[in-house]
Order: sequence, then structure tokens, then C-alpha cells
Amino acid sequence: MLSSHEVATSRAPIWDPVHECMPRHELAALQLARLKATLERVYATVPHYKRTFDAAGVTPADLRSLDDLRRFPFSTKADLREEFPYGLFAKPMDEIVRIHASSGTTGKPTVVGYTRRDLDTWAELVARLAFGAGARSSDIAQISFGYGLFTGAFGLHYGLERIGATVLPVSGGNTERQVEIISLFMPTVLVCTPSYALHVAEVANRMGLGPNDTSLRLGLFGAEPWSESMRREIEEKLGISATDNYGLSEVVGPGVSGECIYKQGHHISEDHFIVEVIDPETLEPVPLGEQGELVFTSLTKEALPVIRYRTRDISRLMPEPCQCGRTTARMERVSGRTDDMLIIRGVNVFPSQIESVLLEIEGVAPHYQIEVDRQGALDEATVHVEVTEGVFSDEAKRVYDLRDRIQRRLATVLGISLRVRLAEPGTIERSAGKAKRVVDLRQR
Amino acid sequence: MSVQQISVFVENREGRVASVTRCLADAGVNVRAMSMADAPDFGIFRFVVDNPDAARSALRSAGFLIDTTELVAVEVPDRPGGLADVLAALAAASVNVEYMYAYQINNRGTAVILFRFENVAAATAALQAAGCKIVEAIPC
Repeated sequence: MLSSHEVATSRAPIWDPVHECMPRHELAALQLARLKATLERVYATVPHYKRTFDAAGVTPADLRSLDDLRRFPFSTKADLREEFPYGLFAKPMDEIVRIHASSGTTGKPTVVGYTRRDLDTWAELVARLAFGAGARSSDIAQISFGYGLFTGAFGLHYGLERIGATVLPVSGGNTERQVEIISLFMPTVLVCTPSYALHVAEVANRMGLGPNDTSLRLGLFGAEPWSESMRREIEEKLGISATDNYGLSEVVGPGVSGECIYKQGHHISEDHFIVEVIDPETLEPVPLGEQGELVFTSLTKEALPVIRYRTRDISRLMPEPCQCGRTTARMERVSGRTDDMLIIRGVNVFPSQIESVLLEIEGVAPHYQIEVDRQGALDEATVHVEVTEGVFSDEAKRVYDLRDRIQRRLATVLGISLRVRLAEPGTIERSAGKAKRVVDLRQR
Repeated sequence: MSVQQISVFVENREGRVASVTRCLADAGVNVRAMSMADAPDFGIFRFVVDNPDAARSALRSAGFLIDTTELVAVEVPDRPGGLADVLAALAAASVNVEYMYAYQINNRGTAVILFRFENVAAATAALQAAGCKIVEAIPC
């Protein structure tokens, strides 16, 4: 017998066909009703939105059509920081059941909260993308994202449980152990960042496991940009189908969009999020199908609704219908950022965070350069820092102490370890009076 | 009772040490003794010169990162046990040596050992008490 999710057609089954295949006019009506309710609620309960709507001269009553959303002000990561930690929550703390956070630009993380219903919605959203990518209740999924404040592990965990898959909550790190667990527990799905998947593949190959020697058949990857050539490499080395999914903690975490089995763009769960693509300079919408910055408005979130949240991620919408049968808009894989944020081993790193650490440390010039490269499959980041005369010593151990102090402090603030190399004064490249802060040698 | 040592921070890149010595040569500074502390990422090039002030100003204006330290120069007889006797005296006085390097004087039958101490005064006192010959400049 077919389950409720498996409709008898020649197409691959869809987790929530009612919402994922909703006729566009019905979807638009649902979005408008939910958007109205959301705007009214944030205007009434979140002082930040009251203030910014008033400043822009709009009230929720001004929303008569979906196009009117454009009249409302944007929100940004800076707003979340200013209202740190819980100021943007639209529900009292006794209704909040979970907190997650991502690294911020000044060492202060961006905090997000979830009500019980938000967690339920989130699991449903991830269930859609996991099922859409081909995961089923018979699968065993090894989650190799780090469990913690980062949304990746918990998001995929509950979404995969929702579809009935068996979850192995392995968490990140210790790659040889990851490979042993693959051998012992026979998972069929691997969940991690694409670069970590490639690293797992290389370690597995070194340990004698070829592409056909593991039980793995599917990868659900996300949290960092990657390329088609990297996808092919992972698929060849692990003998799996590798899929990408997209999300950011401010909007919900993973579950905003994901690839179906055709891997032609990410289906956005438009019944929960309104997507806009804007020109980051003029802030005006770009013509449909052109590249710009993704902007999301949440339609169902209770604890932390976001209105026109600027993601800084660059993508474009693909209006053509997908052969999978879903009616939801697709977005192309994110191709870059409008700011200087780097994603190193899945962790967001802003050059300004590194700068603020260096400024705290005496004897270090504010001249630095971050060089990111991929050693094998793993991102390796080196911070080149110019040293000043005050701290230079004839004794190597003192110079090493300085370097170690910088490394420890960076690791504390960023949550990942970077190599520090001390540089001679004046040697870091300066272009047009301004230092070039980031050299990204990773292939995109 | 000490000798000035100049240290230069050099990145582990081709030609960095050569550029230090070229800079000294162009300033007419003669290097009397030198040593190189090497680490994987960088080196510390340390030396004693005939004109420390000229060396410092030339290196600074060329943009090098420099540090000046006081070394104690001890003349030891060029025979087996010459250095052993000096080190024994320091050990007896519990004086710790950070590092040292030697300079050979060809025609006098002695060598000069340059010592870097954490506590120069205590080291000097211990060496003098043991009858070691401390020199104020490296002889030519």
C-alpha cells in the first residue's frame, strides 16, 4: 500500500504534495494571508519592527497585495546584533524551547530562537528537502555536522527522523572514526558539509574503502558554497548521489530550500518563505531570473519572524517549472556573497572578526591578510599578520608565544582554528592604500 | 661589560637574509659574529657589528624589524675544556644561558663566546668571580 506521501504517478514521490505542488494562485493567496498575519504580529510585539515600520511610514494595513511587501523596510544581521540576544523575539521566553546561534561579525553571535511549533515546522521543512533529495524511511543517516549552536546537525536530525529514517547522531570531527562508523553501522545517507564529505571520501579511500565498498548511497550536503566539479568528485569517490540544500539560521536553518533528484536548482518552501532577489546597491528588485541578493520573509515562524531579511547571498531564481512536478520557485546554488564573509569549514568568518582580535593584541599591526586554500578536501586558512617592533624579540620562543596567543584568541572568537604566520612589517600587499584582506585560492 | 647584539626578524622566504646583509654592507657596517635561529615559519638573524648605531639606522630605514639585546662576551682559551670551565662556573652560580654562539680569533689562541643571559648582572658577577675574562668589544 502507498503511504499518504507517495502518490501513484510516474514521478518520484513528494513529501508534502499539497504544499510543494500547490497551484501558483493558491500559493499566492496563502502567502498573502500568512504575510498579513506576520506583519501584524511583529508590528504589535517586536519594538524593532514597530520602530522601523513607523520610520518607513508603513503599517501592516498598507499590505494589500504581495507586491506591497516592497514598501516595508529590510532587516539585516546588524539588527539581530543590535537586539542581542533576544530582542527580536516575537514570543515570550516561556514559549521559546530552543536557541541556536551563528558566528557574528564582532565575536558576538547571531542568536535565533524557536517555539515548539517552530521546531515542528522546521522538521517538516527539512523532511521535504531530505525526501525530495531521495532519502526514505528505510535509510540510515549519519549526521557528521557538529551538534551545538550551529543549526546544521539538529535541523537535519529532526527532519530525517520526521521522514522515518534512522538517525546516527555522530557529530563532527575524528574522520577515521567517521569511516569506522560507516563500516560498522552501514549508513546509507551522509550529512555534512561538501568539503567534509570529500575529506571523509579521501580518508575512507586511504583506509581501503573504495566508492563501491560502503553502504552510502546519498549525500545531503550544505552550509558552504561548492562547485559542480566538487559534486562530481564526491559522487565518484563515495559512489553516492550528492545533493545540496540551503538555509541560514536567521531564516530557519537548513530547510529554506533544497535540490530534488534532478539537481537543477533548490526548491524554495514558498508557503513558509517569500523570496525576493534585489540589487544590493539600489535595493530594487532585479528582473525575474537575474542575479542578485536573496531576501527572505518568514511566513510561519513564531519565535523569530524575519521581514525582508537580507541574506547577502547571491543567487537567481529559475522560473521554469521543474520536471519533478513541484510548483515552488527554484533558486540557483548560491554563487557568492555581497559582503566579505568567508565560509571556512562550514563556519562563517568575517575579516572584521579577525581584525578585532588583532587589535586587542599588543604588538600586532592592523595589517593582515587571510589566505584560504583547500588542502586535499579541507579548508586551510592562514592569517598573515605584520609584527611591530615593540614585541619582536631576539628569542624565538617569545615570538612563538605571540603567535600562539593570536592563534588561541582567534580560535576562541571564531570557533575554528586558523594558522597564524607572522610577517615582516610592510610586506602585506596593499592596493590603492587599502590592504587586500582576503585571498581565496579555493576553486569554486 | 656587555656587547650589543642586533636581531632581525626574517620571514622564511628566498633572499631575506641576503637583503639584511646587503643593507649592512651598503651602510659600511662590518659583521663580527652572527647566528641564525630558525623556526619553520621565520628566522631570527642575530649579529654583533662594529657600528651598532649605523646598523640600526640602516636596517630601520629599510623597514626591517629589529631588536637590540645585551650579550656578555667571554674570552676563553682555545683548548679542550675552555668552554666547559666557563659553563661550569655559570652552572655553579645557577645562571641560565638562553643561547650562545662563538667567534674564533685566529691569531690569539682564544675564542670569544657570546652569551645571552636573562639576568646579565648576575651572570657577569658569576663569571668575574670565576676569573673569566669578559671583553667589551669583539677584538678584530
